[in-house]
Amino acid sequence: MKWLFDFLFKSSIGRKVVMSLSGIFLMLFLIVHLLGNLQLFINDAGMQFNLYTYFMTHNPVIKTISYILYATILLHTIQGIFLAIENRKAKGQSYAVSSNVNKSFFAKYMIHLGVVIFIFLMIHMYQFWLQMKLGNLPMVNYPGKEHAYKDLYAPVLQVFKDLPFVIFYVISMLILAMHLYHGFQSAFQSLGLNHKKYNPLIQWIGILYSILIPFGFLIMPIYVYFIQR
Amino acid sequence: MNLKLKIWRQKSQNAKGAFETYQVNANEHMSFLEMLDVLNEQLIEEKKEPVAFDHDCREGICGACSMVINGRPHGPNKATTTCQLHMRFFKEGDEIVIEPFRARAFPVIKDLVVDRSAFDRIIQAGGYISVNTGQAQDGNAIPVNRDCASKSFDAAACIGCGACVAACPNGSAMLFTAAKVSHLGLLPQGKLEHTSRVRNMVKQMDEEGFGFCSNVGACEAECPKEISLENIARMNRAMIGAVLTSE
Repeated sequence: MKWLFDFLFKSSIGRKVVMSLSGIFLMLFLIVHLLGNLQLFINDAGMQFNLYTYFMTHNPVIKTISYILYATILLHTIQGIFLAIENRKAKGQSYAVSSNVNKSFFAKYMIHLGVVIFIFLMIHMYQFWLQMKLGNLPMVNYPGKEHAYKDLYAPVLQVFKDLPFVIFYVISMLILAMHLYHGFQSAFQSLGLNHKKYNPLIQWIGILYSILIPFGFLIMPIYVYFIQR
Repeated sequence: MNLKLKIWRQKSQNAKGAFETYQVNANEHMSFLEMLDVLNEQLIEEKKEPVAFDHDCREGICGACSMVINGRPHGPNKATTTCQLHMRFFKEGDEIVIEPFRARAFPVIKDLVVDRSAFDRIIQAGGYISVNTGQAQDGNAIPVNRDCASKSFDAAACIGCGACVAACPNGSAMLFTAAKVSHLGLLPQGKLEHTSRVRNMVKQMDEEGFGFCSNVGACEAECPKEISLENIARMNRAMIGAVLTSE
């Protein structure tokens, strides 16, 4: 299997394939994450949401996928940082006059956007994921259920009622949108999927995806802060 | 027309370079290189070292002229090499900044001349067809799909000037290598060695210290021969296929 390792971690094209495939997996995860979180909008004091988080942390299949997810986040981040460092070295001296004409704007800043997203992710996971795993969350009982459930809904409300955090989440999602805007289309190009017939489709789905997913996430703190009392 | 030129001067590869400012009087019918010739004559008369720059055919097909004019490889015009860029696109009194191509794999040898032999070594690694493909009539006897022929021809328009590397923020040579891979791999004679060619050329490209492609698209925008990013996707596809299916 040395050939596969060499391709994925040493070849220039293979290393981009890793970025592409891990990026696609993370983009699929975002869809599931968003759909699950939409349950925050149900007006039932968080019952559906808490039952869902219990399922997500106890189902063996989901648990296995979640470990793959953690590994993928690290792989995408570490590989991305290494690529950016080597790219900077490969450029060497920069130009005295720089022109930004005809260049994809976000492509140049993928590493900067990515690092900000990673920092956001660490804070985000500390606030919710770690509380669910190790924190002392209040327990709630629901009629017809045998045992008590961890009330993850409580810290969600608490964080999203805090204005600085609402602003932090909204800005982070705008940065995510920029990263996704280039990342979506770039993932296909890196895999060699570039075809006149399908390019417009990839482009439009990419634009829709990079707007809808972050927008879906960012209306949650806004909804909780302004509407849910 | 009077122009103010800010030109990168560097004695040798390891010497420290710096910009120097010159005044030159050119006319609008001159090509950019002819304008530099005028400057050099002026410098020689003043017993100063003329500015070294690469040039050869001066008709836009050899790929020798390499310089970054006001931040853009081959200057401001689309699909135009430096030698085909005319002074009528500049205005009286303009300040023009001229720099060498910048990339780790293209070290500056002198002034505006960079060492692009890394491209030669990429070609040597696989940019050829090793069998005798015969005379013209033999070529005509092999049916070639019209679409493949056009795409191959478009890729073959690459003159190997290195503007793609110069324009890329990562100093990546993906567009050049992909153009060569597409040019040969799309035709029946070149198809036979397609997989080994891709692997060998990409390996050499990596060893030369070029950066990675982050799909910025600056290469395609600055290419004087308008080589498409589609070629990079074709090379990615071929490389993934070659790695997965070869023995």
